[in-house]
Amino acid sequence: MALLEVKNLEVSYGVIRALKSISFHVNEGEIVSLIGANGAGKTTTMQSIMGLIPIKSGSVVYDGKDITKTPGYKLIPLGMSQVPEGRRVFQELTVYENLLLGAYTKKDKAQIKADIDNICTMFPRLGERRKQVAGTLSGGEQQMLAMGRAMMSHPKLLMLDEPSMGLSPLLVDQVFDIIKGFHKQGVTVLLVEQNAKKALSIADRAYVLETGSITLEGKASELLDNDDIKKAYLGE
Amino acid sequence: MSILIDGLSLGAIFALIALGYTMVYGIAKMLNFAHGDIIMVGAYAIFTTLSLNGHIALAIVISVVICTVMGIVMEKLAYKPLRGASPLAVLITAIGVSYLLQSVAQIIYGSKAQSVSIGNFGTIDIGSVKISISSIITLVVGAVIMTVLTLFVSKTNTGRAMQAVSEDRGAAQLMGINVNKIITVTFAIGSALAACASIFYLMQIPSAEPTLGAMPGIKAFTASVIGGIGSIPGAMIGGILLGVVEKVCQSIPAISSYTTAVEFALLIIILLVRPIGLLGKKRREKV
Repeated sequence: MALLEVKNLEVSYGVIRALKSISFHVNEGEIVSLIGANGAGKTTTMQSIMGLIPIKSGSVVYDGKDITKTPGYKLIPLGMSQVPEGRRVFQELTVYENLLLGAYTKKDKAQIKADIDNICTMFPRLGERRKQVAGTLSGGEQQMLAMGRAMMSHPKLLMLDEPSMGLSPLLVDQVFDIIKGFHKQGVTVLLVEQNAKKALSIADRAYVLETGSITLEGKASELLDNDDIKKAYLGE
Repeated sequence: MSILIDGLSLGAIFALIALGYTMVYGIAKMLNFAHGDIIMVGAYAIFTTLSLNGHIALAIVISVVICTVMGIVMEKLAYKPLRGASPLAVLITAIGVSYLLQSVAQIIYGSKAQSVSIGNFGTIDIGSVKISISSIITLVVGAVIMTVLTLFVSKTNTGRAMQAVSEDRGAAQLMGINVNKIITVTFAIGSALAACASIFYLMQIPSAEPTLGAMPGIKAFTASVIGGIGSIPGAMIGGILLGVVEKVCQSIPAISSYTTAVEFALLIIILLVRPIGLLGKKRREKV
């Protein structure tokens, strides 16, 4: 069953059509990847799903419910969570406060505490820097924090926008391992990436976005072997 | 010594008002130039309750409630429809709201100043210095209010959400924070603080007129800019600093008539040296 179903989604910035009627879906339990070059509309797609930018037409259905017009903040209690492009951790707040904000919609104090301890065990660097202001963390640590923060709301669907951006190859591997780890815990993942090779290597299925339209879709393993993809995105 | 206490207490009044400016600026990203007029509304609320033979305690409660509601209504009717509009449009609207409040007060109460006495507090002598009791009350209660506010912002969920919205509205929404609700709460808190300021103001100058809020409003705005607009401790420090400067200037005969000029000169100097204000933070602009 599709956990997320996007149909004929259109988004414009003024006269510029950023998304020209795109459709895709994410089934429960999958890792689905949206790949494409800079400016293809990947972040626009992610932000419009979460209500950060207005949708011009089309529909977004999550878990059988039409959420096209639902205000973004109401989507988190429904089990959607997003790690935004550029991480966007709260720079002036501490690691601990950032994690608490991730659980803003949760009420069970004991559970929140357990979750924070959990994340600090999973990311020891964050545990050591609990009381440190997030703006002082390195890029990699901020990415870990953004992912930990997004997990604090116990999402069913985790959306990650360019989690590998600006990270060293070693950290990129680590980030993808973490995503696999979340997936093993039963989280459905929608992953937007420029790093097509990495994204396709962990995804079940993928869509290729080019200047606002989906031009190709299929099993990730098949796309990895596709000659056009190899030329355009994998540099082979 | 007594000048210092008076200055600190005037500073506490400025700080309470400046907090409203700075919080609204930090969270709603707008300058609410009608904020000063909330003080005037608070003063008339006290005047009306007292003239109907209400107790002063009742008058204070009513004043705080009316100002809080006024802040919420102002935001809902005037500013919320302009969310996402150009900052200039919002600014002009705020100036319009300010004139509207002043005109309505003028229609109801007339333009003449009304005397509002909330009690004679007198002075106490400590050694050879006379200190006015109203200044001490203002200072102590002001300090308590600011401490509570600081704890609220740093320790509660809503306070943390306010900080999150202030830093990154989009990311805050991704946490499940209802940004509109947080903005409403901010206006409510700012207006309640302005109501407290109006009470302390009346203790010092026991009269109410429609333009009462203008000068303390501008001074408090100056204080919040000196402290670094958007910064809560900045508003407190800016307010206190301005209050002390004002009282010290007034006590020196040679410059007492230039007091206001000195205050604004202080603003200019601080902005020249540190354009973001004393505790202001440089924000990376995101695109």
